[in-house]
Amino acid sequence: MTLCRVHVAVVGAGPAGLAAAEAALRAGARVTLVDSAENPGGQYHRMLPDAYAAARPDQLQHGWRAFDRRRRRVLAHPRCTWCPETVVWALEHRFPEGELDSPGDPGPPRSSQAPRVHLLSGPPDGGARVRHVLDPDALVLAVGAHDRVLPFPGWELPGVFTAGAAQALAKGERVAVGDRVVVAGTGPFLLPVAVSLLEAGAGVLEVLEANTPATLARGWSRRAWELAALTGKAGELRAYVVDLARHRVPYRCGRAVVGARGEGRVEEVVSARLRADWSVVPGSERSTAVDALCVSHGFSPQLELPLAAGCALRDAASGRPADGERASAVDQFVVVDDDQRTTAPGVFAAGEITGIAGAPAARVEGTLAGWIAAGGDPAAPALRSVRRARDQGRAFARRLARAHPIGPAWPGWLSPGTVICRCEGTDYGALRRAVASPAGAAARVTKLATRAGLGPCQGRICGPTVAELTARLGNGPTVERPVAGLPPATPHHRPLAHPIRLGELAAPPQPPPQPDHPSHVPPTPTKETER
Amino acid sequence: MSPRRIPVDADAVGRREVPLRITVDGEPLDGIAGQTIAGVLLAAGRLAWRRGPSGAPRGVFCGIGVCFDCLVSVGDERDVRACRRRARDGDVITTQRRVGNGFNSPSEEEE
Repeated sequence: MTLCRVHVAVVGAGPAGLAAAEAALRAGARVTLVDSAENPGGQYHRMLPDAYAAARPDQLQHGWRAFDRRRRRVLAHPRCTWCPETVVWALEHRFPEGELDSPGDPGPPRSSQAPRVHLLSGPPDGGARVRHVLDPDALVLAVGAHDRVLPFPGWELPGVFTAGAAQALAKGERVAVGDRVVVAGTGPFLLPVAVSLLEAGAGVLEVLEANTPATLARGWSRRAWELAALTGKAGELRAYVVDLARHRVPYRCGRAVVGARGEGRVEEVVSARLRADWSVVPGSERSTAVDALCVSHGFSPQLELPLAAGCALRDAASGRPADGERASAVDQFVVVDDDQRTTAPGVFAAGEITGIAGAPAARVEGTLAGWIAAGGDPAAPALRSVRRARDQGRAFARRLARAHPIGPAWPGWLSPGTVICRCEGTDYGALRRAVASPAGAAARVTKLATRAGLGPCQGRICGPTVAELTARLGNGPTVERPVAGLPPATPHHRPLAHPIRLGELAAPPQPPPQPDHPSHVPPTPTKETER
Repeated sequence: MSPRRIPVDADAVGRREVPLRITVDGEPLDGIAGQTIAGVLLAAGRLAWRRGPSGAPRGVFCGIGVCFDCLVSVGDERDVRACRRRARDGDVITTQRRVGNGFNSPSEEEE
């Protein structure tokens, strides 16, 4: 009964990954579910630490009961191995291309071609984490996204947080970031963040949505019937708006924070009225005394693992396949087919890496990906409604992108001294000089000349910004000259998806973790059934 | 005002508090079990603890382990993201600074 089961590895235990694990288990597979946090939930269902022993964890969550049931079902399943505090630091192709392409060789069965998964388990960034290697039959990537924040003068000051950080601190740490907080940027996410801050006892002065009412109305009202399918989301949104109204927090559209000031920490923000293209209306600047600022201009999908797996990307704007040789590779997502299959054999993708559409859409994508990855029947009748919900989710993602675009004139906020790369302290002036140099705006040249993107975060924060600015400063997309032996430069390519210490790298991998039921003790090395 | 922890008796989630103490550059800070090191620092009123290449102060920015702005040393482990690592009672934290291309912590400079 056990040995020939399909083994599905799921990376990420947020709404998409948890749903994928559940569907794969239902289809009969053995599942290894990996997440960097101690508990499932991801950013959306961020759980309180176990040590808090919270009596009412549902207070902070939308849809807590359904999530809690699913979490328990998955973790308690005898065929599920749960790997908390575990990161995937590399994906490795198990078969060199030459071997696969040799004539007359049909190659190994398709299901065995998923990449090898290199894991590191233990306290984050610790020196004694344990290394494991998985060789799954199929891999579901559900790694999610993080806040995108456009730079503006002063965004590097302490007390300026991403909106996601403010929410994580409120929900996970029970810390309120300040008494006079401005929440600014674009997107519906600003609302739950403001509500989380209020719940934690913070004071919220105002919520600033950078897009104008006309842009919002155009984006949201076109094809309004699509929204009827998303009544859950609409209800959630309505609850946020009611909460803000109750606390008398103004929600202003067409206004953005374009500067922050302070001695050693943020003390004041400068906001301004914006036109539809996000250029500042002259004379509309206003300063506000604050003790914290929370910003978000949308989300960046975490693409290092999809790229390491060899998944093709698409441009968000055009929908066309992404051209890896262009320096303007900004908004890109993983290409998936009707079964959530990526272009890489044995690799599936679900959730925000295929398009930003929120938790309900991520869940249905996960369900479909997990079922198919486990070898479930693609024509199963129950999948019909799942596919329909998935298509509605994709339509919602397009609507979201239309209603909350980043206006092309935002670089008008920058001054030569504005920090662009937070890690390396590269400023806008240095970037402009590098692009104007005779070597041109090729991504590698810009990197080496300015160090932008070469710091500890490896361009995760500044990457999309640097790519966009260099493309613009260099008058349009720059064609990279190919370098012999090197893949085309892209802002998301990170051969090591996660920092690993040399001692950990040198230590031999331990046998793969096994289901550890019923007590959920840490995995003990037992007999090896892999390979 | 600085960041602060929701008082336990006012917390809607009904949590319990198990106190812990860490030291940061030799100074004792009180936190509660379950908090990350960043959570303890913030709840103790500290917004910044690292110095970037220019010497400018840095603290938490992304809060979910992406930006690496909040790095600290925990015991003899360098470059630990304070927003991801749970504080343990007795942790000895050293703040880090990065000036130019060097990676120096104050304790190393004194040596």
